[in-house]
Amino acid sequence: MSILLQVRDLTIGATVYPPGEDPHDIEIVKGISFDLEKGQVIGLIGESGAGKSTIGLAALAYGRGGVRITGGQVLLDGKDILRYTKAGIRDIRGRHVCYVAQSAAAAFNPAMRLAEQVVEATLLHGIMGRAEALERARYLFGVLGLPDPDEFGNRYPHQVSGGQLQRAMTAMALCSRPDLIVFDEPTTALDVTTQIDVLAAIKHAIEETDTAAVYITHDLAVIAQISDDIMVLRHGDAVEYGSVQQIIEAPQQEYTRQLISIRAEIRPEAPDQSDSLLRLENIDAEYGPNAKVLFDVSMHLPRGQTLAVVGESGSGKSTAARVITGLLPPTKGQVLFDGQPLPPALKDRSKDQLRELQMIYQMADTAMNPRQTVAEIIGRPLTFYFGLRGEERRHRVTELLDQIEMGDPFSDRYPAELSGGQKQRVCIARCLAAKPRLIICDEPTSALDPLVAEGVLKLLMDLQAETQVSYLFITHDIATVRAIADSVAVMYLGKVVRFGPKSKVLNPPFDDYTDLLLKSVPEMKLGWLEKALESRKMAAAGN
Amino acid sequence: MSVFVFGYFFMLLAGSSLAVYYKRNEVLGVLFTVTLLSMLFGILWGTVAFWTIAIIAIGLIAAGALGYCFRAYMVMILPEYASRFMKSAPLTASFGLLVIIVMIVLAVFADLVAPFGEREIVGDVWEPAGGAYLLGTDNLGRDMFSRLVYGAQTTMAVALAAGVLSFSIGMLLSFTAAVSGGWIDQVLSRFNDLLLAIPTLIFALVVLAALPQNIFILIGVMAVIDQTRVFRLGRALAIDIVVQDFVEAARLRGEGWFWIIFREILPNVLTPLIAEFGLRFVFAILFLSSLSFLGLGIQPPEADWGGMVKDNKDGIIFLVPAALYPGAAIAILAVCVNMVVDWLLNRTASLKGGRG
Repeated sequence: MSILLQVRDLTIGATVYPPGEDPHDIEIVKGISFDLEKGQVIGLIGESGAGKSTIGLAALAYGRGGVRITGGQVLLDGKDILRYTKAGIRDIRGRHVCYVAQSAAAAFNPAMRLAEQVVEATLLHGIMGRAEALERARYLFGVLGLPDPDEFGNRYPHQVSGGQLQRAMTAMALCSRPDLIVFDEPTTALDVTTQIDVLAAIKHAIEETDTAAVYITHDLAVIAQISDDIMVLRHGDAVEYGSVQQIIEAPQQEYTRQLISIRAEIRPEAPDQSDSLLRLENIDAEYGPNAKVLFDVSMHLPRGQTLAVVGESGSGKSTAARVITGLLPPTKGQVLFDGQPLPPALKDRSKDQLRELQMIYQMADTAMNPRQTVAEIIGRPLTFYFGLRGEERRHRVTELLDQIEMGDPFSDRYPAELSGGQKQRVCIARCLAAKPRLIICDEPTSALDPLVAEGVLKLLMDLQAETQVSYLFITHDIATVRAIADSVAVMYLGKVVRFGPKSKVLNPPFDDYTDLLLKSVPEMKLGWLEKALESRKMAAAGN
Repeated sequence: MSVFVFGYFFMLLAGSSLAVYYKRNEVLGVLFTVTLLSMLFGILWGTVAFWTIAIIAIGLIAAGALGYCFRAYMVMILPEYASRFMKSAPLTASFGLLVIIVMIVLAVFADLVAPFGEREIVGDVWEPAGGAYLLGTDNLGRDMFSRLVYGAQTTMAVALAAGVLSFSIGMLLSFTAAVSGGWIDQVLSRFNDLLLAIPTLIFALVVLAALPQNIFILIGVMAVIDQTRVFRLGRALAIDIVVQDFVEAARLRGEGWFWIIFREILPNVLTPLIAEFGLRFVFAILFLSSLSFLGLGIQPPEADWGGMVKDNKDGIIFLVPAALYPGAAIAILAVCVNMVVDWLLNRTASLKGGRG
């Protein structure tokens, strides 16, 4: 096999402007080297900030805003593309090396038909004629398993689903028959049941066209299915580099082991689940006359326990939360809190009812006012609900900051001066300040790195043990459910398809949807993807 | 070659060389551009060009030095918190602040500063500057400088009052519309569209002609007309903020309308609104002058800068610069206000509370 891409001692730097200090240069990538043979896939894995996207883009001789490639070589077919002129680099991009971005929805031009965009680079480089390129686009749509390949390209980006758009983007990258494709987290924004399709399509297409690929992700289970080699990155350094088998089955480094062993069960399931703090009874809800989203939803949550609501995007799990909080009054059914019915609309609820029910959001960034300091954010509920002021309030804020393991020095910071995990912790402290009995957690960890998310989950569980608070935990991540839930509600298309104690819901016998959902969750095993697809096919044949 | 021309080029080249030596590219860019342009202008207009450039440069340096010293002085005399705030001011803002303060002081102590009365006819028509009359006399033989000083009172007070009032009304209404949504939003927005659809000047003329001549009514009318623009901007900005999670969090907490508007939304839209204020303040001065020009603004013989431009504009045909003095006063005030506003803008735009 001949070597297609060689990266040698690649260093990449940027200038940072920290508050209160002089701007200085930092190294984002510190001397990375790897080889990639034709038709092979290398996986780059690491937390955000590990430099994996930056390395991927360096294979296109590209540095994102403010990022400079400061040293090393990127040899494509033996030639160092970092030494190329701008015209030379333009010639490589889209012809020899292509890029698949994380968010296909943001990467497509909404005003152009898909086929036009898929063949654009190919025509620009004069690789094929228009008719031939469109023919290839249709072929690729077929290979990638898109519905109705002949007509698919005539649609606009908003007319297809997220998973289809991601596959269209892969088709765009494959269209010019490049030697190398850089996949930058292509499935991260997708639901698990969609992710498996896209993964399979990408894998199939790579094999079919004999293209080499750099696959970037933070999910080790995904990368284990698709790549030949894996490089584990942290803070711009290569922690470990080896074949997929060696990394998964015999990791050498502590950090890699941590990544693999993540999300063990934090706490056993509560045995008694008869009691109920929150009870939803036959809830129907809609966003307007023709947009009914919840159908006869019932579930209950015992005191001091955790109920996980699982489902894909669009399954109505966030809507259920809006009904409970009173933002969306249900059209039918009622919400009981501690045995008493809650007024359906927010404005009818008493201050105490509001206090006892707090919420944590998915994006901690937007859940905090960027113009308030941490002390103001956490202090407001104290003043609002308990009338604490001055020294008393400051003291309580310090206590809360200690409780979320952050401490007093943070109290004068603004949200922009916190890391992602710290932001989410501050949001948790804001909830705790109200001394609630129920906290609704709307995907609080899905925007965080695995190890950081782990820390936040542990914090939540510790707080539960300490204060007996109940959680309604909305998530699409089955691993999280396994780790923390006592009971589970599986939602699909606005209905609860399965509800009960975790041990019952997540073990057979399954209904069809739960079965599909559980089987779609990537496992950290080699060959899982093939097996999962096989069992799906058999199920389909059986029907 | 006179000594002046020789010295002129010597200074420029020495400055450019030093800039190269110390690797200050931005300084080199300015100095050497001036050098090259000077050669061209020297050929076209002779020594006068050099004098002009030299005077402008000295003026700018003097303004910079003034701003520099003023900032250091303020940092020295102000209390701890305010002086830290002042330290972050760029030279432009510091100079602008100084000029504004001087103008305000002049306006407040107009009776003491002005050598003659506001309405007093003291000399011949359009006497040249110098002598007893610092800036000459106007079209009726009144002292120009005295009228400028008195005019500062009315002009700045009316423009500022109208600006503040229009922003208060506009922001309150637009935030209410954005937060409430539904029919309240519709009513407020459509009514605003209605006002916007009427040409401002004609609207002001009709209303002012019908109402009694009175400075408070004048301010009120200007504010109501101007708030339509503020409303538009404010609603567009607030709508973006209202849908964010932290506003939802505040609602779930049970916060009232007042808190949501003033503590959650306002701090987040302050930056563009302050920028808009700098602009609208200048427009208010100009609008006031057009009203005065048409006879419905400040009533003669009371002085205001816009009206003074109008009174003296005919002089320009006879090379009498009388109209330029109030014009320059408007321009300087406008530039200075905007320099200060720019600085505030930089501070409020920072999500780190203006540190670092």
